[in-house]
Amino acid sequence: MPEMLSVRNLRVEVTAHQPDGSSSRLVLVDDVSFDVSKGKVLGLIGESGAGKSTIGLTALAYGRGGVCMTGGQVLLDGEDISKLDTRGIRSVRGARVAYVAQSAAAAFNPAHKLGRQVIEAAFRHGIMTREEARKRAVYLFGVLGLPDPENFGERYPHQVSGGQLQRAMTAMALCANPELIVFDEPTTALDVTTQIEVLAAIKHAIAETNTAALYITHDLAVVAQISDDIMVLRHGKMVEYGPTRQIIEAPREEYTRALVSIRQTSREAARPDGDVLLNIEGLTAGYSDVDVLQDISLSLPKGQTFAVVGESGSGKSTLARVITGLLPPRTGTIAFNGTPLPPARKDRSREQLRRIQMIYQMADTAMNPRQKIRDIIGRPLTLYFGTRGQAKTGRVKELLEQIEMGPQFLDRYPAELSGGQKQRVAIARALAAKPELILCDEPTSALDPLVAEGILKLLLRLQEETAVSYLFITHDIAIVRAIADRVAVMHRGRVVRQGAKTAVLSPPFDDYTDLLLRSVPEMEIGWLERVLEGRRGNQRQSAAPIEMERS
Amino acid sequence: MRLRSMPISARIGLAGIMLVALCAIFAPLIAPYSESAVVGEVWAPMGGDFILGTDNLGRDLLSRLIYGARATLFVALAATLLSFSIGMTLSFTAVVSGGIVDQVLSRLNDLLMSIPALILALIVLAVLPQNIGILIVVMAAIDSTRVYRIGRAVALDVSVMDYVEAAWLRGEGKLWIIFREILPNTLAPLLGEFGLRFAFSILFLSTLSFLGLGIQPPVADWGGMVKDNKEGIIFGVSAALAPGAAIAFLVICVNLVVDWLINATASLKGARGDA
Repeated sequence: MPEMLSVRNLRVEVTAHQPDGSSSRLVLVDDVSFDVSKGKVLGLIGESGAGKSTIGLTALAYGRGGVCMTGGQVLLDGEDISKLDTRGIRSVRGARVAYVAQSAAAAFNPAHKLGRQVIEAAFRHGIMTREEARKRAVYLFGVLGLPDPENFGERYPHQVSGGQLQRAMTAMALCANPELIVFDEPTTALDVTTQIEVLAAIKHAIAETNTAALYITHDLAVVAQISDDIMVLRHGKMVEYGPTRQIIEAPREEYTRALVSIRQTSREAARPDGDVLLNIEGLTAGYSDVDVLQDISLSLPKGQTFAVVGESGSGKSTLARVITGLLPPRTGTIAFNGTPLPPARKDRSREQLRRIQMIYQMADTAMNPRQKIRDIIGRPLTLYFGTRGQAKTGRVKELLEQIEMGPQFLDRYPAELSGGQKQRVAIARALAAKPELILCDEPTSALDPLVAEGILKLLLRLQEETAVSYLFITHDIAIVRAIADRVAVMHRGRVVRQGAKTAVLSPPFDDYTDLLLRSVPEMEIGWLERVLEGRRGNQRQSAAPIEMERS
Repeated sequence: MRLRSMPISARIGLAGIMLVALCAIFAPLIAPYSESAVVGEVWAPMGGDFILGTDNLGRDLLSRLIYGARATLFVALAATLLSFSIGMTLSFTAVVSGGIVDQVLSRLNDLLMSIPALILALIVLAVLPQNIGILIVVMAAIDSTRVYRIGRAVALDVSVMDYVEAAWLRGEGKLWIIFREILPNTLAPLLGEFGLRFAFSILFLSTLSFLGLGIQPPVADWGGMVKDNKEGIIFGVSAALAPGAAIAFLVICVNLVVDWLINATASLKGARGDA
């Protein structure tokens, strides 16, 4: 079979300009070779910074600012596209090679209708007339399972859901009938239940149009469903390259093994319940006249981890805002240690504030970029306990030890730390207050899988050492399995199911929990087909299937 | 601030500002003639006894330029600093307090801004006694409405960041939030604004002087000197150009230094103006 895309010994470098005016060359991708043939999908997988997107973009002969190819060949159907001039590249992009970006919401122009944007490339390149392109778009909308394909193109981007937008973008890529499509994390920003549909649609469309595809993602379970071959990348170098089945079932390299086994950590069953630390009853809260949370009742035992799981828009972060007092509830009560908490932050005493600390999703924005680590961790010490001078420095060092970082970080700024280190500092800041409850709002969802695992282990260890309780907000069932004692499943502002982890995560399920659990990709070939099969069977049975939520 | 890593442009700017400052401080020692003495013909050409020639009354232009640095630099700088103190304090208070405080302050600010600055200054200065202190305060008060606007906008941006929310949840007071969380992260745009406002202050001062409500003769100031000599341009006399060039020189120098300060304060990732 002829190779549609052949990459030979690719080397990509970037010029880094230092603040002092000097510049140096960094190698982003080094000696990477692979082939993709017609109708096949190659999955590129790796952590952030592994060079996945950079490789994907070289297939379009494109480099982001300052990035340039310094070695190797990119052969598209035998022709080296990296040697083409501007005009030649323009005839390739959009027509022969198409790109699907991670955030379709950001990639569509909100001022134009979808249809016009979808057919633009095909029409501009003179491949089809406007009418032909429109017909093809309608056909593709149908193939991708979009509602009302004939009129879908008449809508504006904000009028469709995130999952639909991502599929529209796939239609845009397919419209000009390209030889190769580069998918750059197309489902990463979507909820699990939506992700499954987009994955299925993409897989179906690739098979239908017999296009070659590069599929870039950090989620091995996702790529296992869709690709024929997988290449594992790390630090711009190829770690392992082989058929999907071999990578998943018999990985050769240590690093691949770590990626494959990452979702398999889990914790023992719930520990015996102690006294109730946090008790929420009949809570309703919202913004302006919309109730985001409706009639929530939870109780969190001391020293345990309570996971709140749900998709985006289910109200889980709002719940954290209500508990911290940032958003006073309309009705309902929050009791902490048996005494009711004032609903608004302003009315709470400093002591009450100290007992509940928070860890944010984005450690970047949760720390003042102009404070040193010593000040970030040290401030709660001064504020709550009046610790100053030597004693304060000593305590900050202790805390740094606890989060497995050394005293050399004392005088660094947050910008000088990696994502995982920043989140660790955020944890240390919360610990410094000696809290009884830490609210964790998706603390690992912005991190690479291996780093995230390290953070979860740290949280568990700290819980054993300090007996602190966690309210852990997440969308990831695997995390719930790994760390929770008790679980609440949220859907559209309501708790649909709660209790001990083992009880919540074992049948019989309610409809939503069932859908959620079965939508989590598993590291298993053929999982996608199995789930879709099961889902179709279910829909035939129940008259009212749960409709997809807008994300 | 690391002075060693200062780029050449900032060094030039700093040297220029220091030159003007030295002229201002040591004017009586440097200037060849007195500020107000008529020493020659009207609009004598450059060269000879008078390096830059003489002005419309026959006073030495170079001496007046050196003395003029005093009034110009002092009044413009004092007015700009004062306007930033007022504008930033009020705007940050408005942002941090929110609600009714924000509304009242912002609407009062709108009210003041709706009156043309020059007319407002004329009315107020005509009523109040004429001295430099009053002049500075009036200029600062008018300018602070503009600072308030920009200060509120940048502070609002920063006040919704997670780390500010984290500080509130920690139980920090308003002063801590303003000075430790918000101020350091709004410095870059505000410094840029400072450079511009300083330039405007010099020009505004010269406008007021022109109308007879600014710095009173015979005290020299650069804006007033442009006004005094502007008739000469018609006759090919370049006397008005020297103070004009001095104003441009000072403004450019200030902005060179400010540019460097912006870069130095914005170099931390995650800070404003660094996207």
